[in-house]
Amino acid sequence: MRRGASILQTMKEKPVYPAILLGLLSLLAAGLLGGGNLSTREEIKRRLEEDLRISIAQVVPEDLHDNNLIQSSFVMNGPGGLPTVIYQGMRNGKITAVAYSVISYGYSGKIDTIMAVDPEGKILGVRVLSHTETPGLGDKIEASKSDWVLGFSGLSLDAPPAEQWAVKKDGGHFDQFSGATITPRAVVKAVKSGLDFFQKNKDKLLTPVTEQIAGSSS
Amino acid sequence: MSITFKEQARQGIWDNNIVFSQRLALCPLLAVTGTATNGLGMGLATTGVLMASGMAVSLLRKSVPQDVRIPSFILIIATIVTLVDMALNAWMHELYKVLGLFIPLIVTNCSLLGRAEAFASKNSVRHSAIDGLMIGLGFTLVLVVLGAVREIIGSGTLFANASLLLGDLFSFLTITIIPDYKGFLLFILPPGGFIALGFLIAGKHYLEEYMKNRTAASKNAPVVFDRIAPSGAD
Repeated sequence: MRRGASILQTMKEKPVYPAILLGLLSLLAAGLLGGGNLSTREEIKRRLEEDLRISIAQVVPEDLHDNNLIQSSFVMNGPGGLPTVIYQGMRNGKITAVAYSVISYGYSGKIDTIMAVDPEGKILGVRVLSHTETPGLGDKIEASKSDWVLGFSGLSLDAPPAEQWAVKKDGGHFDQFSGATITPRAVVKAVKSGLDFFQKNKDKLLTPVTEQIAGSSS
Repeated sequence: MSITFKEQARQGIWDNNIVFSQRLALCPLLAVTGTATNGLGMGLATTGVLMASGMAVSLLRKSVPQDVRIPSFILIIATIVTLVDMALNAWMHELYKVLGLFIPLIVTNCSLLGRAEAFASKNSVRHSAIDGLMIGLGFTLVLVVLGAVREIIGSGTLFANASLLLGDLFSFLTITIIPDYKGFLLFILPPGGFIALGFLIAGKHYLEEYMKNRTAASKNAPVVFDRIAPSGAD
């Protein structure tokens, strides 16, 4: 013990010692983190997939599809031009629902919304996945706080007509919240852009991903 | 070290409380204490990291030279926090969705480096573990009390979503204090946290003053307040 301590003492006096120590510590840290990553990676992936499945299930009714939407998905330039994952709900080999997320910017940052549309372009459902709007005012876009967002179900580009796709304050069809106009305005605009996106890319969106020609993209 | 367990407990939880006395760690404090449950989760995670990092630092204290101690401690703390982050994400995912944003912030919680520097680098592994536990419990206490005050005033409930943190067994903890409450926005937002924290600190001072007067009257013994304030702030 004493001998080990004295060796350590002489080692410590060498100028290179701190560098070696830091190097060894870094190696140890990297090893621990690598091990941690290996043992949690699969589980985290499963959890994230589950989250995704739950949020898709909110907008695509269970009885409308018999496939796994996460497996029949592909990426294309979505509303707003950003690469977006498109999920296709199929029943008996025919597409019954198309789900994708739409991003908008509200009063204080990004509002992440998921929406699903049936083959005729009618909205099956809209849900806000994440946002940072003011609690108590703008957060009424959450389905758990208010049923405002449920009001989108069944609507399409024709009903209400395109110029009515705005909050009442702007002469449109949708309610705003008392004290918060910017948030619902952003969500309405986002859903409208989602419908426009569907209208424009109908052919591709309604072709099952298994039949799409590999390598083609819009 | 002659410091006793009881003394360490008293120091960590009350006399030298990381928030009430040292005024450290305010950034994660104000961010997560919207509800008592979030406060409890954050407090327990921080306690775990404090204990683990205290033990690791203490174990290496003899081989880490003075010049490179800060990068070494930071490396140890960051590694432990990242491991906790991954573990929570994998095995307590519901809680992670609430606290996820704040777990990496534990690294920036200066109480960790503060304790590593002021205590663990000078004391045995056992004492460092106890110190981490006590400082962590003191922090948890503040988080839960502040979270409870803000939650009751802000949204009229107590321990909402407790089952996410502790499992379904503990869903009885969730109480609606004020039914049909419209909510008080200020207390949900960070400024309300600041205001509530001010009142809590004032309350602690009042209590101490009261206790001091009582002991002084009965025993005439001096009461020494020990405050260790590491340099640097959040």
